[in-house]
Order: sequence, then C-alpha cells, then structure tokens
Amino acid sequence: MRRLTPLAAVLALFTTPPALAETLAITGGRLITAGPQGTLETGVIVIRDGKIVSVGRAAPPPGARVLDASGAVITPGLFATGSLLGAVEISALGDDLSVDNPQIGAAFDLREGLDPASTLIPVARTGGLTSAVVLPQPAGGGFAAHEHDGEVSGRRLTAGGGHEPRPNTLFAGQGAVVRLNGAPDMVVRGGVGISVAFGATGAQAGGGARGAQIAALRAVFADVRAFAANRSAWETGAYRELGLSKADLEALVPLVQGRTPLVARVHRAADIRAVLRLARDEKLRLILEGAEEGWMLAREIAAAGVPVILNPITNRPDTFEILGATLENAARLHAAGVTLAFTAPEGAAHRARETRYGAGTAVAWGLPWDAALAAVTINPARMFGVGDRTGSLEPGKDADLVIWSGDPFEPLSTPRAVYIRGQAQDLTTRQTQLRDRYKDLGGPLPPAYRHR
Amino acid sequence: MPRPAAWTVALAALVLSSCATASGAPPKARPGAAATKALPAGLDPVARQDAFPSTYRPLPSAPFAITGARAYTGTGAALENATLIVRNGRIAAIGEGLPVPAGLETLDARGRWITPGLIDAHSHLGVYAAPAVPAHSDGNELTDPTTPEVWAEHSIWPQDPGFNTARIGGVTTVQILPGSGNLIGGRGVTLRNVPARTMQEMKFPGAPYTLKMACGENPKRVYGSRGRAPSTRMGNVAGYRAAWIEAADYVRKWDDYRDKVSRGEKADPPRRDLGLDTMAGVLRGEILVQNHCYRADEMAIMIDIAKEFGYRISSFHHALEAYKIADLLAQNGICTATWAGWWGGKIEMYDSIEANVPLLEAAGACGVIKSDDPDLIQRLNQEAAMALAAGRAAGLEISEAEAMRWITSNPARALGIADQTGSLEVGKRADIVLWDRNPFSIYARTETVFIDGAIAWDRRDARYQPRSDFDLGQPGEGAR
Repeated sequence: MRRLTPLAAVLALFTTPPALAETLAITGGRLITAGPQGTLETGVIVIRDGKIVSVGRAAPPPGARVLDASGAVITPGLFATGSLLGAVEISALGDDLSVDNPQIGAAFDLREGLDPASTLIPVARTGGLTSAVVLPQPAGGGFAAHEHDGEVSGRRLTAGGGHEPRPNTLFAGQGAVVRLNGAPDMVVRGGVGISVAFGATGAQAGGGARGAQIAALRAVFADVRAFAANRSAWETGAYRELGLSKADLEALVPLVQGRTPLVARVHRAADIRAVLRLARDEKLRLILEGAEEGWMLAREIAAAGVPVILNPITNRPDTFEILGATLENAARLHAAGVTLAFTAPEGAAHRARETRYGAGTAVAWGLPWDAALAAVTINPARMFGVGDRTGSLEPGKDADLVIWSGDPFEPLSTPRAVYIRGQAQDLTTRQTQLRDRYKDLGGPLPPAYRHR
Repeated sequence: MPRPAAWTVALAALVLSSCATASGAPPKARPGAAATKALPAGLDPVARQDAFPSTYRPLPSAPFAITGARAYTGTGAALENATLIVRNGRIAAIGEGLPVPAGLETLDARGRWITPGLIDAHSHLGVYAAPAVPAHSDGNELTDPTTPEVWAEHSIWPQDPGFNTARIGGVTTVQILPGSGNLIGGRGVTLRNVPARTMQEMKFPGAPYTLKMACGENPKRVYGSRGRAPSTRMGNVAGYRAAWIEAADYVRKWDDYRDKVSRGEKADPPRRDLGLDTMAGVLRGEILVQNHCYRADEMAIMIDIAKEFGYRISSFHHALEAYKIADLLAQNGICTATWAGWWGGKIEMYDSIEANVPLLEAAGACGVIKSDDPDLIQRLNQEAAMALAAGRAAGLEISEAEAMRWITSNPARALGIADQTGSLEVGKRADIVLWDRNPFSIYARTETVFIDGAIAWDRRDARYQPRSDFDLGQPGEGAR
C-alpha cells in the first residue's frame, strides 16, 4: 500500500465558490436529469443566481466560468426522506421529533426545532444528499433508541419487561422539507404532511386496539370538519365541545380538506388496507411510510394513487407486522405503478448517506435504475410539495446537484462536488477533520495541535 | 502480524482436543493432570470442557471445479481466470488457468467472481432472533455485571430467519456473542451458517470459545441506573480487575490441588465454578477475548488490564476510535472489528470515521468489518466497499483484493479459525461465494454459497433455498 496525492488538491478545482451573479457551466459530464430530458450522455448545465438556467448540449454561454466534469456523472442532489436530520445529534440524548402532549399533536411543527449547525448535516452531504424530508416520530413508534451496538439499546432493555410507552396523541405532528446547506434558511417548506402511526403503535394511541384508533380518527376528522364549518360559533362557546385542542383542530383543517397529506406509518398488509379505506372514505391525501408488506396489495395502492416511502433493505420478519418483508418490495410496487421514495436505516440521520446504497440494493433486487434515482430525487420532492423547486435538473429549479466520480449508487463512487442552490458545499466534516488529525500518528506534538 | 508462539500452541491443543471429543473419542487428559484421580462427573473443570459438543456434519457434496472466475482469495491477492478445485469439502487446488482433471464436475464462472465465504465476527443472530418480541431477548444476562458463566450458545434459536438471509449475503461463518450490558458478558461461540435443528449442529468443530467483555457506557448505565456498581468507567475497571483476581485465584487453587494429587497427597478439590472456568480458559490462552470498546483511551486501559493478568485481547469490537491508537493496536496484535458508517448513537460513538479500518490497515493492524446487525450482515461486502472508498478518499491506495480480507481472513484470525477458513487456499474448508459481479459493487448478489464444499444456497435452484420453520405458512413464505 502506498500513499496517493491527497484528493483535496483535485477537489479544490471543483469547490471554488462561484462569485455572486457568476454564470457557471458544468460541461462534459453524463447528465442524469431525473426530469423530462432524461439522460444526456454528455451535457452542459448552466447555473446562475442559484438556479439552473439550462440543461442541454449547447456550448457554454460567453463569459461563463466553465467547469470540466468529463468522465463524471451529474445527478440532482439526493433526498433523505423520512429523516431526522437537523433534529438529532446524539441519539441517546433524544431528538426533537417526538411529542407526548395531549394539547399538541397535529399542531407540532418540527421546523421550529431544527438546528442547521448539526454535525450530521455535513456528513449527510458527503453522501450526495442536498435535501431532507424531516418527519415527526410517533411517540412509542419511532426510532426509540437509535443505538446500535445492538444489545443494550432502550428497546432491548425494555424488551425484557413490557411495552414501549403508550402515546398520548393520535397525531405525531407536521413534517418539513429542508435543504442541507447548514444555513439558517434551511427550511424549504413546512407543514408538508401530518404523521400518524398505525398498526400496533396506533392501536396504543387508540386505547389498545387497531379498530379503536380508526374510530377515534374518524371522530376527529368529523370534529375538524365541524370546526372548520362552525369556527365562529365554536370560538364563542356556542358550539358543542370538540375532541382536540384548538391548535390541533387548526392544524388538521388542511388535512381533512385534502391539501396536506396524511403520512401514515404502517407496515402490515391488513393495516395498509385499513388506511387506504380510511383515506378514501375521508377523502384524504395519503402517503404510506414503511409499507413493508405493500407488495401484497401493490395494485390497490397504485389504483389509489398513493405514493410510498420505504427502506429498500428491510427484509426480515423483525415484527409480526412485517412477516412478508422482502428486498423485492420496491421492484414489485414500482411494477404495479406505485410512486416510491426511499428512506435509509435508523431514520436516515447518522446513516443518511446510505440512502444511495439502499437505492442501489433495490436495483439489484429488480427495480429499474431510473426508478431508483427518482425515488431519491424527484419523487420525494413532488410528494412533499417542492417538486417545482428541486429534485431534478430542469431550467428554473434550484441548482441542487452532485458531481459524482461514477454511478452514484456504487460505494466506490464518491461525490466530487455538491451544489445547493448553486453554492459549492464544503465536503469537510467533523469526521474528515478527525481522520486527517490522526492519519499520521508520528510527529513531535500530540494530535490536539493539528486542526485547521 | 505474527501471533505469540505459545498462544498458537495452546490454540492448536484446544482444536485437537475438541475435534477428538466431537468425534466421540474420550477427552484427552491435560498435561499435568495425568495423575489426577477422576473427580465425579461435572466437578472437574477440564475433564469435559466440550460439554455441548459439535454435531456439525457438512451438507452433502461431491468434488467439483470452478473455472474462469475472477477471485479475491482473501489473502490479499486477486486472480484472473481462476480455477478452484474442491474435494472432500476442502480446497484441493487454486490458481490461474489450472487444468481440470477429466470427469470432474465443472462450474463455468466466466464473468463472475469468487471469494471466500464471508465471516461475521460479531452477530447476535439466534440470541436476539426475529421477530424481536420480548421473549426473544436472550442476549444480555442483565442480572449481574459479571456473568462469565453464561454461554451465548445456550440462547441461540436456530430457527432465527436471520441465519438464512445472512447466508444469502455470503456469510458462511458467524460468531454469536452475548450482549454488552455486562463487564464480562459470557461466552461467545462460532457457528457454521448451515440450517440446523440444534445449535450443536451449527457449532464450528474445534473453533475456540470466546469471551465477551464490554467497556464504557453500557455496563455503567445498566447497573448505575439500579444504584449499584459499576456506575462509572472507573467502576467498570475495578469490576474487571476484581473478576480477574478471582480467576487467578481459582487457577491457583486448582493448580495446588493437582500438585498435591500428583504428589500422592490427600487433597480436597476446589468447588467448580462455571464463570471462573471460562475466565481460567482465557488465562490459559484457550478462550479468546472479544472486547466491546468504543473509545481509544478505554482500549488502552483494557490492554494494560490484559497485561496485568496475563491474557490476550483477540479483538476490540465496535472500536470506532481505533484509528486514534492504530499504532498501539498493531504493536499488541489486536484486531479491530468495526463498521464503516455507524456512529452517533451514544456519545462514545461520536468520533467515528468511515476510514477507521483503512487507517488501521495502513498502520499494520488487523481490521475487520463486522455487522452486529441482522440487516448489515446481509451486506458485509457493501460495508467493506464503503470503508475501502473512505480509505482511498484519505489518500491510501488499497486494492479491492486487500479489502476483501476485512470480511474473510482477518475475522478468521480474530476468531482463531484462520487455519480452517477465511481464504481460498489449498487445504482450507471449501467455504466459497460465487458472485454475479464484483462483490464491491452495490449490484452484486450471491449466486451460490458453498459451505465445506456443499451448496448451502443457490439463487437459481429452489432445492437449495432453505427457509426457517418460522417462515412456513407466513406471508411471503420467507422469500426474502
């Protein structure tokens, strides 16, 4: 083994930040747009003021700074969907996504608690991620422990005696789409969906049985409609009592009106069917999250036009709700016409950079490559209402893109440069700083004297 | 890295005695115990160390050859147009373009890759079986911080569907460990990853036992939260040392007893103690310490404890900060079994870097990629690829053939079975994975997994696609 020239010198060519109002033309790369233009074997993408100006084969405009990306692959920036990014630093210390407050369920808006300075965000960028869909975690149904020496996580400890705490609220709260630039303006859009856990977790919120939760939800939706139609009477106390706090009633109006989707965390085929029925009866927009047994009713999901967020690598019967889990879930759902978005292990946070590997694994198990790319780019963008801004390489969209050394799903490919709104992102992380501090253990002074 | 010679000899002795027991021959008397009058059954700690003997029998196989493959041999080498010949479950020949004897069944593997069967040095399959219901939580005996008397093998449920999915991922050998809630958590065991009715049918014949120890947050949190020791890291260290003092004293008592008996003096035997038997086995070099430890400073302390009491640490597990003391680990010949991309679950997991194993490799230390997870165990090749990419990004030139050692021969070394498996070399067990493409590709899938020369899994032949009892009659019938 011998040491190579550090890549940093090479990367510096890519990561020089563009001057304000500069026009940047990236040439020579294979452009995979995830948009109507499909894939251009060698294309030119022109960026100005943070936006994509053009995508095509035309020569760079005069005066543009030209960045030669010959031999590289250029994709839209990837999405971490169903993510905890910005809301967790050390899992054991908790996250800012789980609420157990009877007054604040649907009204919980996680965007208020996000931290752009989280060290997880730069690490996620090194996986080619430029956006995340951050979703609330149902109390008692979330990633309770996130601790993976696999043995003494909270789940394992409680596993000896009893169940996870019963959630007080039917609704986990509202998600947000964020850009992973680590800046104060990281929130692209809030209130992008209201999360509810179904199945065993939802049964606890309903008082102990699945059917009770569904009945409780139907009653709540009726109350919210009554609230929306009789708001002034309710305000003056001239209307009957409604089952939720005012904040929650307000938050649920867009849900019952079909403007904000219900994000249903649901796993078992029978439970998915029950959720599809509920959404149809209540005329709700629905997104399924989890859906490990979704393949068993793929046609019903497709016919309902319901998109699915799933983790492509979930294939073991870890609970009685996912006995039918298989690595072919994504391929089968796609074949039936279901729109997919991919999450990553443990809430796509510390391990968010594995999003692209999950996509590749789905391809290995039968999903067409382009469908896998869509599931980590344009599909989540559209599902959560930012498809007009990002998720594909199209003129007018934010210049969120990644220049890869090769196939973006391959572990041996690396992002050479990551752009968010036209800004080249620093790919230094706390982890690369540690690496560089300890790479050579010799030297007269302790490592503590080495830092940038 | 050469092993201390004495240790190798001790290991070889254990392998021999275990094999003999497994084949039904009477246990060999230990040197120095020759004159011992037989103690009543169950009271002599060394008379029947193999109390739960392996009943492993290889699956049916016939001699065959693989030709035209590209190979990562697990020794750090890559071969083009490789021929590999298997007879009697062992590798009989391997090389580039070797002739195949007439009449030998031949698998044309042009365009495909072969590697050794993968070895996972850290798994809880069977002891935390799927489905993860409370009744399957069998990996942590959290009733006392020091439980060397428990053996992971007594918790293993062979019907855990995770064994099958791990095999599809190419894993042919797996170490099952107790959890990390205790300072000394109990014995680990190494298994052949074959479908079986009993744990004994999976037990790797002659593989040394291991002892799980754990540093850091877990033990102090578990017991500190109960208002008892340990509640601090210094409490952890006091706990290990107290346990080793007991073990040393136990060894002394037995040595005294045997000395007296050999001199013909009347002597009362010490009372046998299961936990101290295990710890004495470590002090004799027969049982290999597998030490869960994240932080660099704690690993350095554990190395000193090992020296204080005269035992060896075979590997540190998780060890996310191993790169900070790569030199120390190399000097002490200790392997590091870790991930590439896992971090941040606890504060002691905060300083993870993806290039941990590559930096260890660069320092001449033994790096192992392991799973500790029933999902990751299905994709050890991907995790190794992530580590490799991180090493290259750090400016290290590491070949794919070298990186393959992290999931084959290096874990074999950490488990004391490198003479048996972990590389494609003549005489080794024919544990072989046939991949449809380069295993460092995300798209790679196993086509056939051979264990001791027998087909244990075949992607295209339903006769070789085992399913757990648990999966029968369930949605999907266990087609994962």
